Amino acid sequence: MFTGIPILSLITFIPLFGALALIGMSRLSKAEGKEQIEKNAPRVALVTTLAVFALSLLLVLNFDTTTSQHQFYEEMEWLGGGIKYRMGVDGISILFILLTAFLTPLCIVASAKSVKTRILEYMVAFLVLETLMIGVFCALDMVLFYLFFEAVLLPMFIIIGVWGGKDRVYAAYKFFLYTLLGSVLMLAAMLWLYHYSGTVGAPTTDIRELAKLDIPTGAQTWLWLAFFASFAVKMPMWPVHTWLPDAHVQAPTAGSVILAGILLKLGGYGLIRFSIPMFPDASLYFAPFVFWLSIIGIIYTSLVAYRQEDMKKLIAYSSVAHMGFVTMGIFAVNMQGMQGAIFQMISHGIVSGALFFAVGVIYDRMHTREIAFYGGIVKYMPMYAAVFMLFTMANVGLPGTSGFVGEILTMVGAYQVNPWIAVGAASGMVLSAVYALHLYREVIFGEVKNDKLEGIKDLTGREIFIMAPLVVMTILLGIYPSLVTDITAVSVEALLADFNAKIGN
Amino acid sequence: MLFKIILFGPLIGALIAGLFGRRIGHKVSQIVTTGFLILSALLSWYAFVKVGFGHETFEINLFRWIDVGGFSANWALRIDTLTAVMLVVVNSVSALVHIYSWGYMKDDPGKSRFFSYLSYFTFAMLVLVTSNNFIQLFFGWEGVGVASYLLIGFWYKKPSANAAAIKAFVTNRVGDVGLALGIFTIYLVFGSVSFDTVFAHVGDKKDLVLPFLGMEFSAMELIAGLLFIGAMGKSAQFVLHVWLPDAMEGPTPVSALIHAATMVTAGVFLVCRAAPIYDAAPVVAGFITVLGAFTAFFAATIGLVQNDIKRVIAYSTCSQLGYMFFAAGLGAYNAAMFHLFTHAFFKALLFLCAGSVIHALHHEQDMRKMGGTFQLIPLTYILMIVGTLALTGVGIPGTSIGFAGFFSKDAIIEAAYAAGAGGHNAPAVFAFWAGLIAAGMTSFYSWRLIFMTFHGRYRGDPENLKHAHEAPNSMLIPLVLLGVGAVLAGGLLYSKFMGADMAAFWNGAFSGGEAHVADTAHGESAGGHHDFPTWVLWAPFVVTLSGFVLAYMMYIWRDGVVKRVNGKGGMLYNFLLNKWYIDELYEATILRATRWLGDVFWKIGDVKIIDGLGPNGFAAMAMVGGRKLSKFQSGYIFQYALIMLVGVAVLVGYVAMKAGG
Repeated sequence: MFTGIPILSLITFIPLFGALALIGMSRLSKAEGKEQIEKNAPRVALVTTLAVFALSLLLVLNFDTTTSQHQFYEEMEWLGGGIKYRMGVDGISILFILLTAFLTPLCIVASAKSVKTRILEYMVAFLVLETLMIGVFCALDMVLFYLFFEAVLLPMFIIIGVWGGKDRVYAAYKFFLYTLLGSVLMLAAMLWLYHYSGTVGAPTTDIRELAKLDIPTGAQTWLWLAFFASFAVKMPMWPVHTWLPDAHVQAPTAGSVILAGILLKLGGYGLIRFSIPMFPDASLYFAPFVFWLSIIGIIYTSLVAYRQEDMKKLIAYSSVAHMGFVTMGIFAVNMQGMQGAIFQMISHGIVSGALFFAVGVIYDRMHTREIAFYGGIVKYMPMYAAVFMLFTMANVGLPGTSGFVGEILTMVGAYQVNPWIAVGAASGMVLSAVYALHLYREVIFGEVKNDKLEGIKDLTGREIFIMAPLVVMTILLGIYPSLVTDITAVSVEALLADFNAKIGN
Repeated sequence: MLFKIILFGPLIGALIAGLFGRRIGHKVSQIVTTGFLILSALLSWYAFVKVGFGHETFEINLFRWIDVGGFSANWALRIDTLTAVMLVVVNSVSALVHIYSWGYMKDDPGKSRFFSYLSYFTFAMLVLVTSNNFIQLFFGWEGVGVASYLLIGFWYKKPSANAAAIKAFVTNRVGDVGLALGIFTIYLVFGSVSFDTVFAHVGDKKDLVLPFLGMEFSAMELIAGLLFIGAMGKSAQFVLHVWLPDAMEGPTPVSALIHAATMVTAGVFLVCRAAPIYDAAPVVAGFITVLGAFTAFFAATIGLVQNDIKRVIAYSTCSQLGYMFFAAGLGAYNAAMFHLFTHAFFKALLFLCAGSVIHALHHEQDMRKMGGTFQLIPLTYILMIVGTLALTGVGIPGTSIGFAGFFSKDAIIEAAYAAGAGGHNAPAVFAFWAGLIAAGMTSFYSWRLIFMTFHGRYRGDPENLKHAHEAPNSMLIPLVLLGVGAVLAGGLLYSKFMGADMAAFWNGAFSGGEAHVADTAHGESAGGHHDFPTWVLWAPFVVTLSGFVLAYMMYIWRDGVVKRVNGKGGMLYNFLLNKWYIDELYEATILRATRWLGDVFWKIGDVKIIDGLGPNGFAAMAMVGGRKLSKFQSGYIFQYALIMLVGVAVLVGYVAMKAGG
């Protein structure tokens, strides 16, 4: 269907064109027209992102699930010296593109009403962000990947810094500091890789070629650590997680949704794309280390989540715990673990995104996220209460919701490697129930004690429009997870086969 | 099609009432949910006859669920006798509870929601019992947990109801961790989670040894033990029993359906379903026997002194579940299932009668404020006596005349005696005596309940008495039907469950589907009728009678005795009244530690250590270095962008030139 059409480049750069069009129109028009354009900016952004979503859906429908080869491949000369513009997707990356394209329009819709200042610039930031996120998942060239991977942070900084809460500067500063350290190390490792590829053949930055390299074990260790530093911050893993709660609290609703829904997945995606295939010996060597960090992260952050007084912080900490399942699954390096990790990432993108939207709904009405402020709102918001219940249960990992599949698969995967790890992770099942139901009780149930909550309005049409697709996906993936696992299966199998061949199993 | 209607009818009802309840109104919601449940119940009896008497089994595949690298489970229906028994129990009680709720919940503003939850619960329970693999069972297992959570907390304005709901869910989750780990172990050992495959290969894996948490275990013992942790949570066995009494915060019909007749028996069902594994795990089976017997005893002691009418029955449920477990632990799965079956009828009856009393007395639940009400609500009184006779197992030893519990409970006690008779089965001996003593206590607390509620002087608020009235027909009809069950369920089906026809009836349900049921090891010696010494046959009768006499003496004949006894035996009385102080123990240890750790990790771990050494420490250093933090911050975005982009360009360019040239 797409022969001759650079479909991946189209999907990646359409939002950027949308952003440029918005800026251009605003610059070129006169003062009175500016207001008009300002008003229409969300609509332009929505149309653009919906087009991207439609194309991504077509992309997935045309994806051949029987091969692990990268598809829709594009290549162009770029910087020379083996560094080319290479785009392509396989079963591991394609669903993240769809997830991004799925969440972004919802963010646009959610922001159109709740963002009061500089709406045009806000829309531009989101469109640029979308281009960069999709770019990360399409890039098959290391340099291209790095550019997208790092550049993604810029619009996010701006979104937090300009439209964020009152401590936004501190939050952005923390985010910056953590990320900087990881990025510098990763960049150094990438340069080494590029150089090394030149010593055994033609120098290249093709990710697929790099995965075929046989890197000496000693070097693998250092490279693995350098990459891990960057990915662990992005996940984020304990103990480099403390930037996330602050960033979430300060970010506007849609910023939190993208942060939790997509940006946290970049780390996991990087581990699967780089660490496992390129440094298999080191991955094996460090697997116990990652397991322990994951388990500590799950238990520690779940306990911390339970004690939070701010809704967003609670959900942010719960995100760290859920990402612990992802790292655990990846480093089990077996079918259930790896598939489960990918599934968990997709599912968490939907569920945590939905939870942040849900917090945004009452934040827009009351302008506070303090848990103690609320209580008893089911009286006025029964529909909201029902939707929030579903996502709470999905967050807890209830069977029948998407949250269950990822957790159970990663635990099955880990159990085969080391029962201790699965036992530790399983205790997270109890703790997640503790903090999630605690939140629900404090906010939704009980008597209405706060007069300010009198007559608080239930979901509006706009909010239903946002929640409905998330509800459907949460249940659909819970009941028929093969929608995801069938697409990822062959690529994951190939990845594992290469891994096992390399470590000599 | 038959089974699909049985399974999905309640789901459709739940969805209609839940999603459109406010649009279609309470009346329609009630009619739709109740209608589907009655249909399911009638079809279940038809299916029961077909499967139990016609000896057919069914397997229906719906569609793929999870399928990842050999870890695969379908949505499916598997119906054998074990499932058919559960279908009848679940749907019958559920249908009657739906009808009963028409009257009981008449004035509640959340009726549609209530009926939706009830039907959803029923669906989840049906998924649990019709599963053909452990993962779908887990779906139902947690699904009923959520339904239970929603229904315990149904009156969401009450803080106590919310607390009880969370306690139930979290305690059950502790058990679920065990169940999940058990399932992982099953997959590790058998490479499959489907019942048929697993049970067929138990023989091959009997001698397999697995390392687990630094120790070596027999694989079958490990699996059996982990699965049983799940069963302990759901069926409220000692250690994980704490949620069940608190669950009485929910509306009474819920207590009858979920916390007496169906959901709490899921653990017993699980052990019976996984019978081939438990047969291969003698150590764990012995443990189940002991723990079940201990729970039977322990819960009965607490029941002796409780004053809340529903809590007495709740502890009674806990205790009766203990009986079922020790029967299962002894390998008398048919006896366990038989007691599960009869218990569902008489315990639902008792709860619904209690609901009728509460309904009549304006939601008064404290028995100290009742008394002398039998004339006001005579039908309820008579039916409650029927339920009590069934629970205490009244009947004539050596004959086939008696109430339902007579057949099933005595069968369990006799099974324990038979298993322990040789003298080398210590758990069985323990179970026999604990079961016997508990039977005496059961009789005492049951009659104490009757006497305190219906006899003597009325001790409550006279206002409440003015409007006291017998329940409406919608509540009485289910009571009468359950009463019929409580009288007949034992005698009519004894020969099928326990007697001459049992091999054909069970048709291999306890041996992984192979039709060589009731070999000598189980069934015959453990569950079947034997020539017991006369004293064994009469012992339950005697203790039950003693319990009655004692209760009569203390609460009717000399009702001053109670106060004196309570005063003298103060310590023991308080110990029992406070439920052995187990809740206090948990609060002081686990719950406090959880909160403390959460605070420590947050305020010290995250804020002081990680942030203090990390970003904040860095900032402090920057300040010391003379640079103003604010200045540094204001330019951060563009600095960062510049560093990255220029850095990449320069470095890449450099390396590219070097490599290219």
